[in-house]
Amino acid sequence: MIFDNILAASGAIFEIGTIALMFLGVTAGLIAGAIPGFTIAMAVVLTLPFTFGMTAVQGVATMIGVLVGGLSGGLMAGMLTGIPGTPSSVATTFDGFPMARKGRPGLALGLGVWSSFFGGIIGAIVLVTLAPQLARVGLEFGPWDYFALVMFALTITASLAGDNLLKGLIAGALGLLAATIGEDEVNGVARFTFGADAFEQGFAFLPVLVGLFAFSQLLSDVKDRDKALEPLMARGTKAVRVEHRRAIVEVLKRWTTLLRSALIGVFTGILPGAGSSVSNILAYDQAKKASKTPEDFGSGIPDGIVAPESSNNATEGGALIMLMALGIPGDVITAVMLGALLIHDVIPSPSFISDEPVLAYSIFIAFFLAHFIMVTMQAVCLRAFVLITRVPMYVLAAIILAYCAIGVFALNNVEFDLWTLFIFGVIGYLLRSLGFPLAPMILGVVLGNIAELNLNRAWSIEPSLTPFLTRPWSLLFFTFALFSAAFPWYQKHRREMKWTLVYLPLFCIAVSGPLALMDGWVRPVLGAGLLVFGTVTLVRRARAGWRIERAPAPPSRSEET
Amino acid sequence: MRSIRRDTLVALGLLLICGTFFAASFDIRETSYASLGSEVWPRVILAVLFVLSLALLAQSLRVKDAPAQAEHAGLGAWFAAYRNPLWCYLLFGLYLLTLPYLGMLAGGALFVFATLTAIGRRDLRALAINAVIGIGMVGFMWTVFRYGLNVILPEGELFYGW
Repeated sequence: MIFDNILAASGAIFEIGTIALMFLGVTAGLIAGAIPGFTIAMAVVLTLPFTFGMTAVQGVATMIGVLVGGLSGGLMAGMLTGIPGTPSSVATTFDGFPMARKGRPGLALGLGVWSSFFGGIIGAIVLVTLAPQLARVGLEFGPWDYFALVMFALTITASLAGDNLLKGLIAGALGLLAATIGEDEVNGVARFTFGADAFEQGFAFLPVLVGLFAFSQLLSDVKDRDKALEPLMARGTKAVRVEHRRAIVEVLKRWTTLLRSALIGVFTGILPGAGSSVSNILAYDQAKKASKTPEDFGSGIPDGIVAPESSNNATEGGALIMLMALGIPGDVITAVMLGALLIHDVIPSPSFISDEPVLAYSIFIAFFLAHFIMVTMQAVCLRAFVLITRVPMYVLAAIILAYCAIGVFALNNVEFDLWTLFIFGVIGYLLRSLGFPLAPMILGVVLGNIAELNLNRAWSIEPSLTPFLTRPWSLLFFTFALFSAAFPWYQKHRREMKWTLVYLPLFCIAVSGPLALMDGWVRPVLGAGLLVFGTVTLVRRARAGWRIERAPAPPSRSEET
Repeated sequence: MRSIRRDTLVALGLLLICGTFFAASFDIRETSYASLGSEVWPRVILAVLFVLSLALLAQSLRVKDAPAQAEHAGLGAWFAAYRNPLWCYLLFGLYLLTLPYLGMLAGGALFVFATLTAIGRRDLRALAINAVIGIGMVGFMWTVFRYGLNVILPEGELFYGW
């Protein structure tokens, strides 16, 4: 059965048209990712209009191509100019740029490319292995649990997205509110139309997304008048020959760093809200801590490139696991992917892999294949990247704004969508300027209907709030949500205030309860273990007189970033 | 007015939004068949948003004054700082308003040309380049969507039937 599905999916992916689209997607992603000011999410959002005319397999394969290309494109700018192309390659510049400046730009690029490749492949293997297993767990979920999972996804995104948790939560709530405008999906009743017929259908997903993310980002990029007029990079930027053979040997020599970083990436991706912008710094930091010569980090050593680059590509494997197994996007990029699937009437859920096996296996294969295409196209894109960086930002912004309008109109052939784009472009820019993170708002817009639908289902089965607190999964997700909401304060006051000493043990004890209530023996045993660990840690810290251990070393470069 | 912080204004604005939407939630039609009324979920969100906005208000009032904030520099300076985004919004708004008459091809090319001229260079050579970029890029995108993806894009009343 699995073999048949793989065969059918391979047939769909290895069609000439799909392969050509994937090549195009990877190339576009590599170039977009390399341009500072552009994000991968923006590149994926802008690809969405092109996918309407494609089949679901072609559309998703193209977007995966853009995604993988974007993840690897950021390293080109970072290494050649010291300015990371995307937030997911920030840590790559710490060692990539010094190595390039020392006269080894070819090796630096090679290490980046091959670390991305191997990291991505590890992420893909975990995706293929874990997604079906997690989907099986997802079948245990009832509407109460789904509702709680959405709340957890929103809370953790808000707590990780910016400095101010409150603003993150407000952004998430605004996203949920925006999703309620128009016809209610459950009862078919119009809401918040304020007398305007145009609002009755609600806001289409794509114009909201393009407005919030791409439109507002472009205007932020051209806000500085002088900078907008300058070419993106200095004229001296040159394409170099990538040292592939040497790089492969160097990367494989560091297989422990590679594996550890890739696994950090996958785990970060599985966690809702935490994307590759977090994982690359986390992996760099862990590689530095595990190194026998941590003082060398920052001077241009291979480990400093292998760690962040392998983790950022693996992260999307993790985010795709969540999307495919539970239908919950792990980050903004997979939220856009969810939008693409919804456009093709495919609704990811725990039964997605069994209901749509060809599409599911196509995603697996496309994720693998995109990494091979990425390696092939990197050298070509280096030249294109150098050419594009000679264009000033204001030219790119004007062209892309026009493209946004055409792309958004193409969705439903409705002019109101263009006004939606405009309105949410203004809202997105205002929120950005006022310090609100946009990721929680986007997830709020995407997950709003899912949350309401499950709340309605739950209420239809049992009109009571009690199951939300008595069902193990629901209780577990609400516990996660509660602790993730407190996480920014914990992080801020760690090693400064005594209450932070109870955060971790209390978390373990709180989580052990719902785990103990679950079926089987693995999860209850895990719960018991966490209970013991939490209690022992709590007792130990109490006996030590709640003594705070101060950080011995000054903050590292990655922490500052 | 000068002493009111930016976040305080934001919080007050959010409270106003909460009030407006809460009042509008009473206009939502009640149905006899629904187990959970269509107004319940939006009201839950509004309640959460209300509490969060109050918290933001309290936080903004508690924070000490920042020295010499940029937003106190006056309206002229504010317009100067946001000149480019304001131009883009204005021109995009005009583009949308004229779309039924000019269509997406001519309107789009005009929008790109006007935006490039407003936020970019304006000498004679630059104007010519802006025109070429506007016509060339929008023409290319229009062709891809119109003939490659078979999307019917607005032609515009002025060009209807050409």
